[in-house]
Amino acid sequence: MVPLNHVIALSAILFTIGVIGVATRRNLIVMLMSIELMLNAANLAFVGFNRIWSQVEGTPTIDGQIFVLMVITVAAAEVAVGLGILLSMFRNRDSVNVEEVNLLKW
Amino acid sequence: MTVETILFYVFGTLAVVSALGMVLNIRNTVASAMNLVVTMVSLAAIYLLLEAYLVAVIQIMVYGGAIVVLFLFVVMLLNLSTDEFPPGKQRVVKLAVAIACVAILTQVVIALDRDPLLAAQPGAVPEGFGGYRQVGLSLYTDYVLLVEMASLLLLAAIVGALILAKRKID
Repeated sequence: MVPLNHVIALSAILFTIGVIGVATRRNLIVMLMSIELMLNAANLAFVGFNRIWSQVEGTPTIDGQIFVLMVITVAAAEVAVGLGILLSMFRNRDSVNVEEVNLLKW
Repeated sequence: MTVETILFYVFGTLAVVSALGMVLNIRNTVASAMNLVVTMVSLAAIYLLLEAYLVAVIQIMVYGGAIVVLFLFVVMLLNLSTDEFPPGKQRVVKLAVAIACVAILTQVVIALDRDPLLAAQPGAVPEGFGGYRQVGLSLYTDYVLLVEMASLLLLAAIVGALILAKRKID
């Protein structure tokens, strides 16, 4: 039996690593990977809470895992669009450094 | 300490170490993607320990199979195997962000240790919990609208990715 607070702590640690990745890296591919890591940390928290409240007043509930499936769908869609943006950015700038994309920066 | 708890710590450590390897590896983008695979597979093992069987299988198929392959495909298509950008101007700001994140995380972990609700030991799960039958029944009865919305989202993503990756719109 895995204690819930350890699951949530692992989820928080992974989320923090993802935030650090997005904040410190300038390679767009690694930034997208860090976003995936953050989504996975949220998924871990959902699965952990669903494990604790696996039944409510005798009725089995699976809502947390349904939500995880939806998050995985959104993550797949996000990666497809994100890598499309990355390809067109590389075509225009010949680089994946996000600091070179500063057209809208003031 | 049961076998499950020990396995949780083993896979949790593996996930954290490989996630750090992904974020801190500034030389090689392919190695970052490989570290991402290790993180995803260890998370799938943790889902198995939490009795989310279908989610664990889907995690391996979608993340380990599809998403990381897509990342690797783009890395190799653009020939980005080495990744050396000069240090940025806002290095101090970014370092401050990282330190603030770690401080907040420490607070969260300390708070988690004191919450009696979260410290509760999980009980037994109902028969067939997390299997394809229960998840599928729930997905196609209570959440059927959600499935339709997910299909629309995927369609929009396909069209968007095609338009973005196209060289010139006719």
